[in-house]
Amino acid sequence: MPANDAHAHAESPALRVQFDTEAQQKDASTLGMWLFLITEVMFFGGMFLVYTVYRNAYPGIFAIASSSLDVYIGAANTVVLLCSSFTMVLAVRAAQLGQRKAIILFLILTLILGGIFLGVKAYEWNEKFQEHHVPGSSFHFEGMQPDEQAHAQLFFSLYFAMTGLHALHMVIGVGMLLFLIRQAQKGRYSAEYMTPVDLGGLYWHFVDIIWIFLFPLLYLIDRHLKG
Amino acid sequence: MITAAVPERENYLNNAYGIKSWLLTRDHKRIGLLYLFTVTLFFFLGGAFATMIRIELLTPQGNFVSSETYNKLFTMHGVAMIFFFLIPAIPATLGNFFLPMMIGARDLAFPRINLLSWYLLVIGGLFSLFAMLAGGVDTGWTFYTPYSTTYSNSWVIATALGIFISGFSSILTGLNFIVTVHRMRAPGMTWMRMPLFVWSHYATALIQVLGTPVVAVTIILLFCERVFHIGIFDPTLGGDPVLFQHMFWFYSHPAVYIMILPAMGIVSELVSVFSRKPVFGYQFVAYASMAIAVLGFLVWGHHLFVSTQSVYAALVFSFLSYFVAIPSAIKVFNWTATLYKGSISFATPMLYAFGFIGLFTIGGLTGLFVAALGFDVHVTDTYFVVAHFHYIMVGGTIMAYLGGLHYWWPKITGRMYPEGWAKLSALIIFLGFNLTFFPQFILGYLGMPRRYHVYPDEFQVLHVLSTAGASVLAVGYLMPMIYFIWSLRYGKVASANPWGATGLEWQTPSPPPVHNFDVTPIVTHDAYDYSTVIGQEVEVG
Repeated sequence: MPANDAHAHAESPALRVQFDTEAQQKDASTLGMWLFLITEVMFFGGMFLVYTVYRNAYPGIFAIASSSLDVYIGAANTVVLLCSSFTMVLAVRAAQLGQRKAIILFLILTLILGGIFLGVKAYEWNEKFQEHHVPGSSFHFEGMQPDEQAHAQLFFSLYFAMTGLHALHMVIGVGMLLFLIRQAQKGRYSAEYMTPVDLGGLYWHFVDIIWIFLFPLLYLIDRHLKG
Repeated sequence: MITAAVPERENYLNNAYGIKSWLLTRDHKRIGLLYLFTVTLFFFLGGAFATMIRIELLTPQGNFVSSETYNKLFTMHGVAMIFFFLIPAIPATLGNFFLPMMIGARDLAFPRINLLSWYLLVIGGLFSLFAMLAGGVDTGWTFYTPYSTTYSNSWVIATALGIFISGFSSILTGLNFIVTVHRMRAPGMTWMRMPLFVWSHYATALIQVLGTPVVAVTIILLFCERVFHIGIFDPTLGGDPVLFQHMFWFYSHPAVYIMILPAMGIVSELVSVFSRKPVFGYQFVAYASMAIAVLGFLVWGHHLFVSTQSVYAALVFSFLSYFVAIPSAIKVFNWTATLYKGSISFATPMLYAFGFIGLFTIGGLTGLFVAALGFDVHVTDTYFVVAHFHYIMVGGTIMAYLGGLHYWWPKITGRMYPEGWAKLSALIIFLGFNLTFFPQFILGYLGMPRRYHVYPDEFQVLHVLSTAGASVLAVGYLMPMIYFIWSLRYGKVASANPWGATGLEWQTPSPPPVHNFDVTPIVTHDAYDYSTVIGQEVEVG
């Protein structure tokens, strides 16, 4: 398709010069986002590998350390995050239908739910500080031998590394939502052009899915062994 | 100069001037040149460290630098060369410049991300450079734990952070290439019509996208371990230092293929153009790139033969490592078969291609030696290994990189390089390279360990040979620097297609216009169909 650039631009302000058609541009952006998410899978995959290795090495200690986490708070937070994914889907649907006010409403709801998740996470971390469950010189886990202490500390190192990395992705997601809300308010998105909302949705769901794996790994496995 | 009566045709170099037009450019060709400038700086920085290493090794005593300084020299040589030269060298310069042109696209899919990835490389490079200037780092480029996390008193964090940041540069380049190849091909440019350079970059991009995030998370854990002492790699706290080696090599072995696959792509182009024949078994060569990319992820354990890895795992890794030889050999055999009954020209790029084939074969075959469990135990951490991977990285990657630079120089700059000087420098590099690194095979086999600067007297002859070769090699590398710059002003003006090549990049003027093609090309032939260029004037060859 020999494209006349000036002509193409007059037609659609969102079409960039390297593309011939808007469909091509949208395809490229979507593929790019999926590839980015694959790199994220590999990134978190490294963490999951380390977790698996040490869970296997010290199953008993990990079960005890894991059961000190509050499963009810974790479960409630999981529900919050799932709801935020639902509102995100509604925002994408609203964008497909070109309903500007609905996009903004659902994005703000997603933002609020994401904020609640992060707030609850901060509360949980704070509790760990008070219980001396934060790795470091003041780490102490009640009723364990000194060498077991080190292994319990490994569990909490992984707990903080994994939930911390997840929370960082949530914070980036919140920033992304703020950007999308601002752009939606300016009326940038329509039924014809809503790629950023679509891709933002993909990212948000991905971060959600990471948590769906983290929650059972950190909170649930071997919980019945607690006795 | 009164001859400039005809107004110069607008191209990507003269459409805008000034520092901002470069630092804020989104043109993949200009970004390619930014990369060229950056990686060249790191190449000469890494070369300076290598020079000091070779000077120290002239004598059996440690009389040029202290042991501590020597540790830092070989570490910083490795860091500069691997992370800031070899990995970005071909994909980010020649790949950036020519991948879109070869498939008939106006730019990469994400030009702004492309610029961002250059900035990430520069920022990462500055972090590592800061560490080098502030006092250096002494862990070896592999950062093995627990030395790097607990005992080393050098700038581990700053260096690792620099590598972490530059890793994202590599990821974004790979992502851009994959999307571009999938979505930006010109009409008629089917997958089986793509030049093999594009295929090999596609395979490379897959490794960049899948492997680099793993080393990123490994560096984060290294960082946490060193700063907060969380125990993940510390045996005294229940951690496993060998886990670091597994995670590190899961990326760093495929990273070797990030270095060599683009080089193979260049050689495929050169062998075809300068024997004026289609690449023999085009599909096999294309799929061999993909096979190398996939198999590359399954062999990391061959770096851990003398670690705590189980002997059964080692057996499997050894077995799988031999599999990599199959697609590699397919390529070498097919290049050779391409030459058969071809009209071979010995232009400079072809000399580099010949150099590549020979040196890569030696490097690859000695790779099989070290993939064998029994022999590897004998030569682990000796100069045999050093020689092996320098044959791949220097004899392979840098040879092909220089061949590619010469081949595409007329397209990039619109000027020819001086052929006589270029042939001479190719010869000097080939001789200097072999004189430097062949003695190291013997040294290693005789038991000279790597990373030591004091050695028994009987090794001195071979070390002196190696240092002499390094001096020759340095001359060979400096010559292109000089005549390339010279050619920018005094070189013969190049036509659109001085080699009579078939690629789309040659069907547009030299240097190319801003969006590469005045009219989007429509592809009707296979990649190396020389019937399409019959009758065109060939200037050199």
